[in-house]
Amino acid sequence: MNIVVAIKHIPSIADDLPVKGNNVDFDSVDFVLNEFDEQSIEQAVLVKEAVGGTVTVVGVDVIGELDNVLHLALAKGADKAVKITGDDPAADSHQQAKWLAEAIKGLSPNIVFAGVQASNDLDGQIGPMIAAYLDMPYIGGVSSVEVSDHTATVNKEFAGGFGAKYSVSLPMVVGVQAASKPPRYAPISKVRQVAQMATIEKVAPSGGVSSGLSFKKMAPPVVTGHAEMIGGSSKEVAAKIVELLKSKGLA
Amino acid sequence: MSNDVFVITEHMDGKFSDVSFEMVGKAKELTSAWGGQAVAVVVGGGAASNIFASDATIHVDDAALSQFNPEAYGKVIEALVKEKSPRLVMFGWTAMGMDIAAWLSARTGKPCVAYARDLCIENNALIVNSQVYGGKMIAEVAPEGDMVIVACLAGSFAVEAGQGSTAATQIASPVALVGLKTKFVEAIKPAGGDVDITAQAKLVSIGRGIGSKDNVELAEELAQKLGATVSSSRPVVDAGWLPRTRQVGKSGLKVKPKLYLMLGISGAPEHLEGMKSAELIIAVNTDKKAPIFNVAHYGATADLFEVAEAMLELL
Repeated sequence: MNIVVAIKHIPSIADDLPVKGNNVDFDSVDFVLNEFDEQSIEQAVLVKEAVGGTVTVVGVDVIGELDNVLHLALAKGADKAVKITGDDPAADSHQQAKWLAEAIKGLSPNIVFAGVQASNDLDGQIGPMIAAYLDMPYIGGVSSVEVSDHTATVNKEFAGGFGAKYSVSLPMVVGVQAASKPPRYAPISKVRQVAQMATIEKVAPSGGVSSGLSFKKMAPPVVTGHAEMIGGSSKEVAAKIVELLKSKGLA
Repeated sequence: MSNDVFVITEHMDGKFSDVSFEMVGKAKELTSAWGGQAVAVVVGGGAASNIFASDATIHVDDAALSQFNPEAYGKVIEALVKEKSPRLVMFGWTAMGMDIAAWLSARTGKPCVAYARDLCIENNALIVNSQVYGGKMIAEVAPEGDMVIVACLAGSFAVEAGQGSTAATQIASPVALVGLKTKFVEAIKPAGGDVDITAQAKLVSIGRGIGSKDNVELAEELAQKLGATVSSSRPVVDAGWLPRTRQVGKSGLKVKPKLYLMLGISGAPEHLEGMKSAELIIAVNTDKKAPIFNVAHYGATADLFEVAEAMLELL
């Protein structure tokens, strides 16, 4: 079974996002693996463990630092890593999906995993686009995957705990919301070991598309309301919260 | 090309989601400026479709559409928009819309704007505001071309503006739904057996900031002292620290408690969808720019563990 995971290296939202012109100042932000891709990598490895095969992780190297992410994926159980030398931090989902689809085509995948969404998916997510470019069915919001023969059985989540089970003839693209089990931990020693041993295949980007969006502005939201901030030390904050709750009959 | 706006509505168990009405209302506002029609598109049976304030409603039904099937629904919507060439196609940024909007964009080569929270017309051109980077940034973009696809965050527009009684035109599927690779197997109902967080008056809700499964105990202790129940944002559930029955937000449950005490939740749009109507929202987070502080009634930039422990001593 050829299992492929398409990942996205995206600006971290843990810190402030400085703006340059009409977009984020990509030179001033840290890039991290999209959090849903951690789930997607785990789901891919779980499928491999269940039915055998190889897991290939593919991503666009938007800032030239994808190796760290790929090493982590290998330490968590992926078998092969491929980076597309895109080198464009502003590459949008359409562009990345097209490059990924072209690279994935050559891997003859039976199943492709992608994170269900990323926080920078302004022009939509790569999963459904890869599916469209490769003419495969797509289901997103998936929280469990079982594969047998040429069929995948997936559970898709709707809101409020409702969901649906689908059976899909492979190949397909799965948008992972959460893996069937929480992502495994890879000790740093193992990641370092992998980093020394691993070979990352480099692929030149192939195919160009445009998202057709022109940026007019990128800015933090205009705040219409703001919380009344409680200042002071943690103890003072706690005292004020308790006082507030008592005054409202909530404690 | 027409100046019509197509709203891809969504329904489950015979009931349309609020975002469907919200988008119809917005579509009417846009078409009153453009001169086209606001068209509600209903795919699949089992729901009375004459409840929108649209200028027209198209109801496509077929045996293959009786349950949501992204492949079948995608094919129908693709055929429909190719035939009718609307200027704008609106989806919800929901479990259903997210499967199709970006796919349709790649299939048709037309632009797509996700996480949309407002649309307006400037000089006869569409401008879309999109809430990206976990709610930390608003992108204002002008999509090019003769057809645009948007996927709108639920709760962005008024529900009432889209409610009405326009009669629906029933049509057969514009595309043959044979040889589908995706088959609906069965519906999954919410897991029972756990406490129902939607019925609780007080919730202590924890986010990624709680750090590890062991720390959940601290939140449990605090909740117990307050007569509250512990709920959480999605990452806590995905990490396996709490069961999915405790998840608040877009893919979890919508809650409206008297007290929503948030520890270490930044307030991504997906979480806000599930709790912004709570009567009293208090947020403790170390990031002073966390979006939650724009929504909470009270906030503190502080270490959640220190605050929770100090509260335990006082209660």
